[in-house]
Amino acid sequence: MTDEQAAENGLKSPPAGAGNGAGGPAATESTGAAGTPLPTVPLSRKDFVSDQEVRWCPGCGDYSILAQTQKTMPDFGYPREKIVFISGIGCSGRLPYYMNTYGFHTIHGRAPTLATGLKGARPDLMVWVITGDGDALSIGGNHVLHSMRRNVDIKLVMFNNRIYGLTKGQASPTSEIGKKTKSTPQGTIDTPISPLSVALAAEATFVARSVDTHTEHLQQTFNRAGRHHGSAFLEVLQNCNIFNDGAFRDFTDREVREDRMLMLEHGKPMIFGKDRDRGIRLNGLHPEVVQLGNGVTEEQLLVHDEEAEDPYLAFMLSRMWYPEFPVPVGVLRRVQRATHHELLEGQIADAVSKNGEGDLQKLLVSGETWVVD
Amino acid sequence: MTTETARTEPAQVQELDRVTIRFAGDSGDGMQLTGNQFTRTAAVFGNDISTLPDFPAEIRAPAGSLPGVSGFQLSFSSGDIHTPGDQPDVLVAMNPAALKTNLGDLPPGGALIVNSDAFSQQNLNKAAYASNPLTDGSLKQYNVFEIPISTLNARALEDLEMTSKQVDLTKNFFALGIMFWLYERSMEPTLRWIDGKFGARPVIAEANRRALKAGYAFGETTEIFHTTYRVAAAHLSPGTYRNITGNEATALGFVTAARLAGRDLFYGSYPITPASDILHQLSGYKNFGVKTFQAEDEISAIGAAIGASYGGAMGLTASSGPGIALKTEALGLAVMVELPLVVVDVQRAGPSTGMPTKTEQADLLQVMFGRNSDSPVPIVAPATPAECFDYAVEAWRIALKYVTPVVYLSDAFLATGAEPWRVPDVADLPAIAVENYTDAATFHPYDRDPETLARPWAVPGTPGLEHRIGGLEKQDITGNVSYDPDNHHRMQALRAQKVAGIANDIPPLQALGPERGDLLVLGWGSTYGAIRSAVERLQAEGWSVAHAHLRHLNPFPLNTGEILARYRQVLIPEVNLGQLLMLIRARYLIDAKGLNRVRGKPFRISEIHESAVEILSSKRGTGR
Repeated sequence: MTDEQAAENGLKSPPAGAGNGAGGPAATESTGAAGTPLPTVPLSRKDFVSDQEVRWCPGCGDYSILAQTQKTMPDFGYPREKIVFISGIGCSGRLPYYMNTYGFHTIHGRAPTLATGLKGARPDLMVWVITGDGDALSIGGNHVLHSMRRNVDIKLVMFNNRIYGLTKGQASPTSEIGKKTKSTPQGTIDTPISPLSVALAAEATFVARSVDTHTEHLQQTFNRAGRHHGSAFLEVLQNCNIFNDGAFRDFTDREVREDRMLMLEHGKPMIFGKDRDRGIRLNGLHPEVVQLGNGVTEEQLLVHDEEAEDPYLAFMLSRMWYPEFPVPVGVLRRVQRATHHELLEGQIADAVSKNGEGDLQKLLVSGETWVVD
Repeated sequence: MTTETARTEPAQVQELDRVTIRFAGDSGDGMQLTGNQFTRTAAVFGNDISTLPDFPAEIRAPAGSLPGVSGFQLSFSSGDIHTPGDQPDVLVAMNPAALKTNLGDLPPGGALIVNSDAFSQQNLNKAAYASNPLTDGSLKQYNVFEIPISTLNARALEDLEMTSKQVDLTKNFFALGIMFWLYERSMEPTLRWIDGKFGARPVIAEANRRALKAGYAFGETTEIFHTTYRVAAAHLSPGTYRNITGNEATALGFVTAARLAGRDLFYGSYPITPASDILHQLSGYKNFGVKTFQAEDEISAIGAAIGASYGGAMGLTASSGPGIALKTEALGLAVMVELPLVVVDVQRAGPSTGMPTKTEQADLLQVMFGRNSDSPVPIVAPATPAECFDYAVEAWRIALKYVTPVVYLSDAFLATGAEPWRVPDVADLPAIAVENYTDAATFHPYDRDPETLARPWAVPGTPGLEHRIGGLEKQDITGNVSYDPDNHHRMQALRAQKVAGIANDIPPLQALGPERGDLLVLGWGSTYGAIRSAVERLQAEGWSVAHAHLRHLNPFPLNTGEILARYRQVLIPEVNLGQLLMLIRARYLIDAKGLNRVRGKPFRISEIHESAVEILSSKRGTGR
């Protein structure tokens, strides 16, 4: 990944003009209100590269995710100081060190909790959570569930490599059953969970999947996650070339991906294959792969609807996996619901309009009082 | 007694300095409410008061059973009092189970008021009484008043459209009415309270009013009480007072601290006894800009608080021992990233789930040392319910000035106990200066203020200060990740020095009593009242004894060693097995003695008095 290295070498300190303490650069306007950042000086990928040396294993899928993250950041229009990356523990947890934004490398599994507090206190910030399959679904499972159900306006990116990498190769909650690892020499006996099914069950308002090596798709998906208003859950299938090399190779490799993956597009029939000659049809309650032709037409195929109010279609997609099915990538679900900070601030506004701005002296003397002369 | 019908004077009125009453009944009998009403009335009258609610963890244990007994003890006085009283002068027992579990505390000659209607065979069986104590002569040594409270109350409410169960629920107010008459108290505050509480339900309001008045009239018209008692108002310093519990004072202190610092308060919390009332309280202060977050667990509660502090708010979390155990790792993170944070531990009896509604002060070493590695955290501990206000503000003063997490230790006794509080004038409270770093030209995330050793608190949104923090060891000054051995040693020392240096910024320890002497009784937290009372008694008896009370437990006040050295002996009473004792002995190399009782209850004055006398008497050439 020489391009990252080069970029870092060229940028040891913040770009000229990026803040002098007295209100910051003229072009860097604050957002004022949450959600809709105002335009600012156009930034480029280089502006988001920190001066820290990247320390993932050579060949790790994390490099690509980092690069796509940095490339996508300028699109959102937030000035760098308004963006915060919060991570847990694991290889993914190092990403904030490499972003020239605000960053907080927290403790194992707890990044969503800090993100919830930060966004609650500071709705003006764009908050990303960087996590892994162990961090998000094992030790931090509870926090993922609850940050999603609350619709905290955070963008959670979960690197799924189906292994514990930083602790050198133990089974994770997404490791396939029977997988032999250092901690499971006879094969794991634990059934894996689908991250996307979990996110949907937790009422996430944005659920998507992409792949580390599909750089263009990854950028697009990042972009859509970042623009979502509310909790976004993005699973990135990521190759750990040291402890679980080729975990997704069977369907993500360039030669086979079109035949073995399903690119979801809102409003479009679910068609896949190099020749775009196969599709997904509903048979009773079950999806099935059909060959187009011989009386099977596009009209019979399922049409993707990421905005469907009910989650049934999205849930079905979250269960589809190779080799029985092509693996769906893209946005499974994208719906609107009031965010946590909006509701929180709404209650504060209600309390103020009902009771007036708090009068501290009045509060202290409330209840039954008496005066001693 | 202005707004009521003129009292019929009883045969005798006796002046008393202090009275201690205990209401005891089934947890469904409304004893906490009854106790609180009496307390408010006494407080509004101007007595000094101190209360001790004592209730089971079970919300509704089987009616009439021994575990279902709920009690509320209150002491009111014309003088300065510090405890809810060792023993009640009057015990009101609403059923046999309440009698059985509380009688042991009533001294011989004490007044016992019982609801005789509740002494059915079935209730006697539930309380495991082989024979009826009202008839078998076992209560001879007490001054017993048998009153058919249920029947009399039901008669007073006869024509109201209520179920018999609803009627029965008001009998506590009949008992309260009797007590108001007996102690010459006005019914007005409670009548006002009834109107406010049940205004929308006129029948229930009327029932409660009638129950109260019927009880009062019963005392007045029957001749079973030959004496009523008068406890004059106390001579408190001038000001506006209210009755306040420790949890209420804690919550108000935090709101006040946020105002004084000009920051928003963000409170992350997970329900746990006895800390939940702080959440209930703060969630009602949203018009003060207080953001409350009921988290999915204790870890999330502190995580969110740290996140809020990272964003420039005042991140606060509270729990009790088991929850503090869960927050431990995150508290270590706060130590490492050096952000302001206040963690409240309302201690309860443990270990594990222990006795959730009972008091203990056994988490001192947990919050002092209960994290991996050397992980210093300042600790403050209020001594009385009213002081909870002051130390909530003090905790934030330290957290914001030194940019550090601070632990605030309360306990179940402080949290639920009440006393009169002189309400401060907000204008008199000093502002808490808070600065966020903004100068990009000179910013280094782990550069330190030379005086406080605080690192700059630079919040997201500040242009040019983009930087990364986290749990990994940081290089001094730059804050970059560092595995350098010497750097780690330096950072460990800096973190320790920063906290130790706070000793220069806190009031010195004060000894109340002779400047030098035979014995110093040293305490911390809610033992204050019992120690103070015991020491006053000892001093009155002529012993050479002083009392010192620590409110800062880490670091200790600078003069602590010097104070300890002025007394021949040091006694440390604690509701634990010797935790401050261990710290004091280790730190100051003195042979301090512990007085340790862990019964889920506060100390009695007499326990401390006895222990002190024993030490004083065993010393040759000392004493009176």
